[in-house]
Amino acid sequence: MSVATTPRFKDNVHEALQDERLQRALRHSDNFVSGRAAAAERLPEFEALRDSARAIKDHTLAHLDLYLQAYERKVAESGGHVHYARNAVEANAIVLDLCTRRGARAVTKGKSMISEEIGLNAALEAAGIEAIETDLGEYIIQLRGETPSHIIAPAIHLSKADIEAEFRRAHRDLPAVRDLSQPEQLLAEARAILRDKFFSADVGVTGANFLVAETGTSIIVTNEGNGDLTQILPKVHVVVASLEKIVPTLADAAQLLRVLARSATGQDMTVYTTLSTGPRRPGDPDGPDEYHVVLLDNGRSAMLGSQFEDMLRCIRCGACMNHCPVYHAIGGHAYGWVYPGPMGAVLTPSLIGVAKGGQLPNASTLCGRCEEVCPMRIPLPEMMRHWREREFERRLSPVVARFALGLWGFFAKRPALYRVATDLMMRALHLAGGARGRFSWLPFAGGWTRYRDLTAPQGATFQSRWRAKSGSVR
Amino acid sequence: MDEAVNPPPRVGLFVTCLVDLMRPSVGFAAVKLLEEAGCKVIVPSQTCCGQPAFNSGDRATARAIARQTIEAFATCDYVVAPSGSCAGMLARHYPGLFIDEPEMAVKADAFAAKCCELASFLVDRLGVTKVSARYEGVVVYHDSCSNLREMGVAGQPRKLLASVEGLRLVELNEPDACCGFGGTFAVKYGELSDAIVAKKSAAVAASGADTLLAGELGCLMNIAGKMQREGRAVKVRHVAEVLAGLTDDPPIGESAAGAKP
Amino acid sequence: MSARDEILAAVRRSLHVTGEEAPRRAAVEARLAQSPAGIIPERGQGEAGKRAATFGKEAALAQASLAEVAEAADVPAEVARFLSENNLPACLRMGEDARLGAMPWGATALEISRGPSDGNDQNAVSVAFAAVAESGTLALVSGPDNPTTLAFLPDNHIVVVFADDLVGDYESVFVKLRAVYGVGAAPRTVNFITGPSRSADIEETLLLGAHGPRRLHIVVVRASREAGAAK
Repeated sequence: MSVATTPRFKDNVHEALQDERLQRALRHSDNFVSGRAAAAERLPEFEALRDSARAIKDHTLAHLDLYLQAYERKVAESGGHVHYARNAVEANAIVLDLCTRRGARAVTKGKSMISEEIGLNAALEAAGIEAIETDLGEYIIQLRGETPSHIIAPAIHLSKADIEAEFRRAHRDLPAVRDLSQPEQLLAEARAILRDKFFSADVGVTGANFLVAETGTSIIVTNEGNGDLTQILPKVHVVVASLEKIVPTLADAAQLLRVLARSATGQDMTVYTTLSTGPRRPGDPDGPDEYHVVLLDNGRSAMLGSQFEDMLRCIRCGACMNHCPVYHAIGGHAYGWVYPGPMGAVLTPSLIGVAKGGQLPNASTLCGRCEEVCPMRIPLPEMMRHWREREFERRLSPVVARFALGLWGFFAKRPALYRVATDLMMRALHLAGGARGRFSWLPFAGGWTRYRDLTAPQGATFQSRWRAKSGSVR
Repeated sequence: MDEAVNPPPRVGLFVTCLVDLMRPSVGFAAVKLLEEAGCKVIVPSQTCCGQPAFNSGDRATARAIARQTIEAFATCDYVVAPSGSCAGMLARHYPGLFIDEPEMAVKADAFAAKCCELASFLVDRLGVTKVSARYEGVVVYHDSCSNLREMGVAGQPRKLLASVEGLRLVELNEPDACCGFGGTFAVKYGELSDAIVAKKSAAVAASGADTLLAGELGCLMNIAGKMQREGRAVKVRHVAEVLAGLTDDPPIGESAAGAKP
Repeated sequence: MSARDEILAAVRRSLHVTGEEAPRRAAVEARLAQSPAGIIPERGQGEAGKRAATFGKEAALAQASLAEVAEAADVPAEVARFLSENNLPACLRMGEDARLGAMPWGATALEISRGPSDGNDQNAVSVAFAAVAESGTLALVSGPDNPTTLAFLPDNHIVVVFADDLVGDYESVFVKLRAVYGVGAAPRTVNFITGPSRSADIEETLLLGAHGPRRLHIVVVRASREAGAAK
């Protein structure tokens, strides 16, 4: 699996906050917020569709074993093959085997977060097979040797100038004097270069937004059409998808599709929603000769029946991160692994362990905006809290924090002692802060006072004043 | 309210630890508003709602505090808090703490049903439509995340503010954006919290308001602390203070000596 | 144990089931057989005229261009007009769709080629299997009649929609698919297409023609199939 830098999250945060180009780019993602709001507003049935989508996923997860079996039967019936992979190593081995059996030298790729999760490109490159990302944003960051910073808009952290610089560096065969100052020119260049790659690829690898048990169909959604050229031109089409992508029927997929694009970008539908079922049929003039689906577990089966089961409803729309104040401040790379934002904060510890991934669910104000916009009604803040409970039980939280909270808890459980102690402390702090009414610094409060002034208390506590006024407890 | 037929509701004030410790004047403002609306206000012995423990994953301490709180307010008809996050803890999270203890769960459910945030209690439950306060100023009201998303509080404080003589209400750009407080988050992830509150501070400045109000003392201390560090001259108060007409005490972060940036 | 067996066993363990339970199996079989429809938005519904109007509005929002002709025989002239108006070369690739074959292409000056595209075509025309009013979406299926490559490789894609095939919602397309391909089956590819290819990956600037066509032109044929049969 790709390496996580999540344990050094605070350092990542610091770097992200200092990165002026990133900060400028992050301001662009406001479009997704207004887009989603407008799309939801324009569809009266939107809220009811969220409930419908949630119910479909819950039903599917409760019967996942049976739907997986129904799905693989149908894939086989249409001439395709299903391969199961317990983890990243097995998944990469299967894809590599499919490539080497065909003598493949180049693989084109549609956007796939699963392929990021398992580190597929690195595995292919290590075996001497060229892996070319074809989604424009993914292509650009591949040239830069970066990972996606957002699951829908992978290059959102880059400026036009960044992209131009990269194209000049990488597309060396083109005349140096060409004008690349406009986005249209950058796009035209990428289109021409990638068109060649689409044709010369031996194998095309895509992800899947949904896998439909009724017909053994995989569904991808794109705006560019790259996922389509990836799968219809090469001889072999490989789909990599995790277990929870299964939905029962095409009608069920329609429910989910109606909330997916609207939640992601504010479009009613992405430009291309493609249903792929098996290899080409006799008489088909185009399409792959072989169709393979790699079904990945990598921690999903363990999430079923756990406190984190609801996370398996996620359809990777990105709405949560688009609305998250933390994501807006630091961007996706700071999260340190494949999945950023609130969904990343909940999913990452499940996949790489809470010891490595535990920072993420802690780095949240629990503001709840994510849950508010999640089309699948996933209770993200609640699950972040569950991770904090796991960390507390395993004593993984920092010692000072545990001590401070323990001290607070000690007093909070003893009302009489609490009233006396707090009254004394607040009177003292009031005197200390007196002239200004606030502190620029206070011991143990460095995390606050480094950036903000800290209000001084008014003196005696409310409860002590109330008792003084009324002369009794009640 | 016809006292002969309907005895005044017995309202337990859950003052919240931040108000209790940092700014008692908010508690007295809440009492004034409740009494003027015809309530009998009592203040049972209390400490904290348990949020800090709950949000840090310490369910055992949260449960212990919850048990204590439920017991202390047992004789009240309502439990009202001048805070969306504390009211949210009591009304939305207490029942879940006792999922494995059926007897306590029933008590917690009954308790949760009588817990309210202050402004929504006044407007939605008691039918209060206006206050008799006066406040000269251009005011912007920040919706705290718990108020907005857990307790459904947004229109109610604005409705009451509209009745304050001399007060002009303006709105923030992106009023539903978090201020970056998040309780322990503000200290644990100080740099990140600062980046978020900086945006809120800029939004307050852009609104043209001279006064910032909210129904959440944690958010107010956070935004005030940032604005004061940046040298912005905006007065910050809890909305209850303005609604009750109790604005003699200095605003948050300021002193009687009037130390200005 | 194979990976498959282990994974299925792990799923069952987490769900606390054996996989043999009759009620669960019945529930899955029922859903797969009946394919219950969920919530269908009002937007695409209504009688044919209303659906057509909604389709046109939504397709335009997605930046497709649209024209209406009275009969199938009017299509070639409209295609020629579209190409000339946009200063595009007078050439056109199509598949073996009989309905296209029956149209009077000879009456135009267009150079027609047939079969899948190898990437060297500027313009191509396909017939849609169906069109969906709720989002201005076209549904195309793979096969020799309308090769899938025609929808992706050429710069300009023209799609003919017969009014009879203009339905309100995606679910209706699936019903049509079942009628043609059978229950639990599907052609190799079904493409739902809404507007021309686009990307906003470069500083959020919306650009058309990312990998697929820059232009999508839809020609709706009003005549019902029962009325004027294709000659």
